[in-house]
Amino acid sequence: MQLFELRGRSHHGDAAFRWTTVAAALLVLVVLALIAFTMTQRALPVLEKMGGEFFTSKRWASPDSFYGALAFVFGTLYTALIAVALAVPVSLGVALFVTQVAPGWLKKPLVYTIDLLAVVPSVVFGLWGVLVLSNHFGLGRSFATAGVILAVMVTPIITSLAREVIETTPTTDKEAALALGATRWEMIRAAVLPHSRGGLVGAVMLGLGRAMGETIAAALVIGSALGQVTVNAFAPGNSMPAVIANEWGEADDLHKSALIALAVVLFAITIVVNLVATWIVRRSMARSGGK
Amino acid sequence: MKQMTWLLAALVAVAGCDKKQNDGASGKATEKPGTVEPANATLNASGATFQKAFQEVAIEGFTKAHPSIKINYGAGGSGKGRQDFADQVVDFACTDAPYKDADVGKVKGGDFYYIPNVLGAITVSYNVDGVDKLQLSAATIAKIFQREIKTWNDKAIAADNPGAKLPATPIVVAHRSDGSGTTENFTKYLTLAAADAWKLKSGSTVEWPADTQAGSGNGGVAQIVKSAKGAIGYVDLSDAKASGLKYAAIKNQGGKFVEPNAQTVSAAGDGIDVNDKLIFSALNAKGDAAYPITAQSWCIVYAKQTDKTKGAAVKAYFRYMVTDGQALLPEIDFAPIPKSLQDKALAQIDKIQVP
Repeated sequence: MQLFELRGRSHHGDAAFRWTTVAAALLVLVVLALIAFTMTQRALPVLEKMGGEFFTSKRWASPDSFYGALAFVFGTLYTALIAVALAVPVSLGVALFVTQVAPGWLKKPLVYTIDLLAVVPSVVFGLWGVLVLSNHFGLGRSFATAGVILAVMVTPIITSLAREVIETTPTTDKEAALALGATRWEMIRAAVLPHSRGGLVGAVMLGLGRAMGETIAAALVIGSALGQVTVNAFAPGNSMPAVIANEWGEADDLHKSALIALAVVLFAITIVVNLVATWIVRRSMARSGGK
Repeated sequence: MKQMTWLLAALVAVAGCDKKQNDGASGKATEKPGTVEPANATLNASGATFQKAFQEVAIEGFTKAHPSIKINYGAGGSGKGRQDFADQVVDFACTDAPYKDADVGKVKGGDFYYIPNVLGAITVSYNVDGVDKLQLSAATIAKIFQREIKTWNDKAIAADNPGAKLPATPIVVAHRSDGSGTTENFTKYLTLAAADAWKLKSGSTVEWPADTQAGSGNGGVAQIVKSAKGAIGYVDLSDAKASGLKYAAIKNQGGKFVEPNAQTVSAAGDGIDVNDKLIFSALNAKGDAAYPITAQSWCIVYAKQTDKTKGAAVKAYFRYMVTDGQALLPEIDFAPIPKSLQDKALAQIDKIQVP
């Protein structure tokens, strides 16, 4: 604000700029609110009919107009957890390698390649999953297949966030550790990881959010089996985004309402995950000196 | 593959044109005198994937004769077609199932007609080594798809196939992962023909047991049947043939085991009861020659067209679909509607009002 006033130019331009940015910021909130409102409204018919059973039943039977979301919620969380469990070690390894270990000439190409993975359309991963993982490696269509595909998809996200967080470690901290005779690994453990723990957790949570919302790749490889709540990762299952994509086209009114209700649940879960992620990042930043 | 399809489509279209020239007089008869030649119109339509192959060849054939008309058919599913039509975002739509009574009121453009245009078989395709001929009754199909029969040498299958050598291979059931008119017709057939055995009811998706496999689209199910030993799945005839699958002869109401082909599907069309809105079901049709899992499809059109050129184009295309277009159906493994129904459809099309 002060900067503008010091320049002493026309205040009209400042006002216009200010209101444009305010409008843009508000628009995002309005759109979000409208989405939440219309979706919830259109989900009401099924919630009225099913009541609490919508959340507690795993039976999904459109011929009987009976809709329970439990199996899909489970499938979404389970595949996302498998994905994150597989992706985190790889992502952290890559991020640490790129920032701490890799020679200068290898650093850039590696970063580009990882970032490139992030822009491959999900349907490509999905088809690769169907053709290679399901058919060739005989994984079939299951929670595990979906988890592996999702892991590949979230790896670049977690990696690039982790890389940026790790790079904020002050050189003085690292040099102090090395000066005390620490090996490279001891330096990473003593200086880098404690400094960036919060940011890393945030990166993982954002990856989790992405994995939960992935639609097409999951729809292609998860198996579309109904009512599956089982820890057997090699059983076919289903997830919220996958069932919405598969069944929307031919759904009648109540069926549509049920699918929208699933979308609301998904919306709520991803918002919670993201809020928690932001909160963790914030808290850790405050702790490490307000950076 | 795609190129092959296009080539085929082109050949069919050329064949259609030749035919028109050969019997010039009868070709004329289908063109109503006094109809304005429609010009420079683009028609957008959406609906049943079941009709996709037919719409491709029919559009190709029709626009060859009327180069100034362009027709886009988006095969997004029957449900999407009905929704788009109700919301008036398309000029016509095609669907495997009529509107539910409660939904008719939501159709914003007023009265509309159902024009039946396609009959097609849903095959029960299978992949069992050493079994090249298979006969199935509705009750056996129901038990297989509910996972009550789990091996190919089960007593119920043997009873349908006297004298056949059946292996002890486990059965792999394949069905659609997406909501589908094909699933709706297949399960409706089982509710009609195997009312006692079939418990999953009917719908665009049903509660398949968890130990079954799901594929997206007819092609996805065909892919599973083709790649998994012991697999069985329901696939429309043209996709089953395109994937080189074997399919079963199904026991009809007359107690005969009938294989799906253009003749047996048309025979199913002969045994149907049609109401005055031209709504009917070809499933589980009467007649000894009828293939029982025969599905039907309609295109729907508003009775009062609001645009002069578009209306004329829609009317001309609908007339083409139920007359000359019918000759294209056997080539793509579908079957024409019976003559009696064709006359009724033409009478409805004549009632379409163009401003």
